[in-house]
Amino acid sequence: MFQNLSDRLQAVFKNLTGKGALSEADVDAAMREIRMALLEADVNFRVVKEFVAQVRERAIGQDLSKSLTPGQMVVRIVLEEMVSLLGGTEARLVLSNRIPNVVMLVGLQGSGKTTATAKLASYLRKQGKRPLMVACDVYRPAAIDQLEALGRELDIPVYRGEGSDPVAIAKAGVKYAIAEMRDVVIVDTAGRLHVDEEMMDEAARIKAAVKPDQILMVVDAMTGQDAVNAASAFAERVQFDAVIVSKLDGDARGGAALSVKSVTGKPIMFASMGEKLDALAAFHPDRMAKRILGMGDVVSLIERAQEAADETLAADTEERLRKGEFTLDDFRTQLKQIKKMGGLGSLVQMMPGMKGTAPDVDESQLDRVDAIISSMTIAERAKPQIISGPRRARIASGAGVTVFDVNQLLKQFAQARKLMKQMQKPGSKKRGRFQLPPGMQNPF
Amino acid sequence: MSQPWYRRLSDGLSKSRDRLEGQLNVLLRRGPDLDAAFWSDLEDALIGADMGVVAVTEIVERLRDSAARKALPDAQSVLAHLAEELASEFPPDVIDFLTENVTVLVVGVNGAGKTTTVGKLAKQTVDEGRSVLLGSADTYRAAAVEQLDVWAERAKVPVVKRERGADPASVAFDAMKLAAETGAELTLVDTAGRLHTSKDLMLELQKIARVAERESAVPAKILLVMDATTGQNGLAQAREFDAALSVDGIVLTKLDGTAKGGIAVAIARELGIPILRIGVGESIDDLRPFVAEEFARALLSEV
Ligand SMILES: Nc1nc2c(ncn2[C@@H]2O[C@H](COP(=O)(O)OP(=O)(O)O)[C@@H](O)[C@H]2O)c(=O)[nH]1
Ligand SMILES: Nc1nc2c(ncn2[C@@H]2O[C@H](COP(=O)(O)OP(=O)(O)O)[C@@H](O)[C@H]2O)c(=O)[nH]1
Ligand SMILES: [Mg+2]
Ligand SMILES: [Mg+2]
Repeated sequence: MFQNLSDRLQAVFKNLTGKGALSEADVDAAMREIRMALLEADVNFRVVKEFVAQVRERAIGQDLSKSLTPGQMVVRIVLEEMVSLLGGTEARLVLSNRIPNVVMLVGLQGSGKTTATAKLASYLRKQGKRPLMVACDVYRPAAIDQLEALGRELDIPVYRGEGSDPVAIAKAGVKYAIAEMRDVVIVDTAGRLHVDEEMMDEAARIKAAVKPDQILMVVDAMTGQDAVNAASAFAERVQFDAVIVSKLDGDARGGAALSVKSVTGKPIMFASMGEKLDALAAFHPDRMAKRILGMGDVVSLIERAQEAADETLAADTEERLRKGEFTLDDFRTQLKQIKKMGGLGSLVQMMPGMKGTAPDVDESQLDRVDAIISSMTIAERAKPQIISGPRRARIASGAGVTVFDVNQLLKQFAQARKLMKQMQKPGSKKRGRFQLPPGMQNPF
Repeated sequence: MSQPWYRRLSDGLSKSRDRLEGQLNVLLRRGPDLDAAFWSDLEDALIGADMGVVAVTEIVERLRDSAARKALPDAQSVLAHLAEELASEFPPDVIDFLTENVTVLVVGVNGAGKTTTVGKLAKQTVDEGRSVLLGSADTYRAAAVEQLDVWAERAKVPVVKRERGADPASVAFDAMKLAAETGAELTLVDTAGRLHTSKDLMLELQKIARVAERESAVPAKILLVMDATTGQNGLAQAREFDAALSVDGIVLTKLDGTAKGGIAVAIARELGIPILRIGVGESIDDLRPFVAEEFARALLSEV
């Protein structure tokens, strides 16, 4: 359903060559595409308007004599503007000298606060801190049990307090941290609707009671247009400092992140990407921008590769895939097809984070892969897991490459195989609808 | 910040048509003129309701055509027409299987409101004088079993469970057996949240569904729970869950906020899955029937 912005703009500008500069009419056609792309990604419509106006201003009159195509040029402007809107540089969690430091999490129901509390505790412990988690959600059934269970999993203490007053629990939690010599307190709070006066007031009272050094709002990446309403209300009532975007492990474009940043001005600090407690990463504005725009889209890369593939070969490979038999020979065949399609250069351009690496992926590398696979035995090609250390050394010397090169290839192959496996979506006859391996799907 | 719009849902149908049209017009904060500003505001409002830019562009274009042909002479008639049109996107004559003797597997992405909905449905069904059994097949999330236990206690219904980490399909199996033995009229099986993009977890869900279907003495149904604040990803969710399990009905939760749940229109248009209930709060009684006309009017009420 979603189309890569890059392709869209290419289509808009396809008749535009040899002109001196982008005219207003040229730019307006492009802006319509940009608007559509942003709205499909759930960027709030008001934010879209402002953003498009800004891009338009920059694009009009741009000189076309440079080496970029008009489409590439506009994409570059869009990306630059979006990255700067998303926060430019990466925001870091800065704690003060106060002991204990207090971090408080807020957000709507089910956004991922409790999970993020545990993830953050684990993250801070890795930085040498001694965190304590405080369970202030007295409303949702078993919410306190949930945090305690996560604490046990991580072996990080949880303060559960007594009674049903979250303000008192938060306060007592901080006291407990001092007694137990914990240097960071992370306060997990109940989910609340931004229109719930009483609950918003409670959040403000918890804040007043424990004076957090940092208040983080957890925003679900799948949220639609309403994200701005929730975020501005939370900004107004509790003045949060930064945002954690959760559930980025899915396929949501995550335009809500841009909206929230844009209307509140608060930076996005972390990307939460899974239910596992280590699935928390620093937020990268550039990757998020590409994600929102549907760029760096590996799916279309693969689809293009599929189209170019020899039909019979593809069918043959597919057959074996279904049986889970994707081998190094198949891998080599695939690489050859890529070569046939005009080299890696253009394809690599489409992959996230690989722009700069394009010149390195040259034809000789494909030849090297060919050589490595050729020096493997038939058994090794079929079952790469048997390729032990000594075998690697033998293959390397046979191919005239280093062991490092062999390792590299095997790693790439493992990734490709995983990718291929995931293309075999059960119950789906459509081609090209599959899940990408974690590293490629979540550019965080 | 606007008042929770769902409140208008409850008195929605009781309003006369005239009154509704008047209200729409007032909320429009403008006269009856169909000027450029009207159309662009209408478009913004529909996009802001998460109906999706492609659908909205198409709908607004069509309304503009009608208006140009003088079929819809003023703002009031446009909005009234639109409300009808949106309502008609939802399948008519829906059979509410939740009131029948069935087994229901409750599925959806993480944090959508599945467990809460199971609790509310249990209570509602018990209040109707029917017997209910719960299956606690979210064996993954921390304290998910304890959470459902609390709801079971509130609704005063029995719950089948195993320890955390157990095979969820085996919980479904146990629940089906006990349901058959006790003759439970409604069996609700809560499952762990999962993103539709997770192949392994979707496979696991298919397995649970197979077991439920095979072992259930009564028809087995799939109920998808979706958060009304979800944006365009909601369509992908519905598509994938439907492709994997063939979804029989949807519960749209968290309509007590300011999100309008317009993605439900897109889902209805494409997949034709009926919405059976809406969630309007965190308490056990905060579950309402879905009425397409009310929903459509509420969606437009702040245009
Ligand atoms: N896939 C995914 N699930 C998440 C993520 N963060 C939280 N969850 C899940 O979302 C649901 C709600 O999370 P929880 O932390 O309980 O949310 P809270 O109500 O805001 O405290 C649970 O099922 C979590 O396991 C994430 O980054 N990715
Ligand atoms: N405001 C509101 N919150 C809800 C509604 N339904 C569920 N919730 C809340 O959303 C959060 C996640 O609900 P839960 O049932 O645990 O979701 P699950 O992960 O899908 O089982 C909890 O904090 C619930 O109280 C609703 O209709 N309105
Ligand atoms: Mg929580
Ligand atoms: Mg649950």
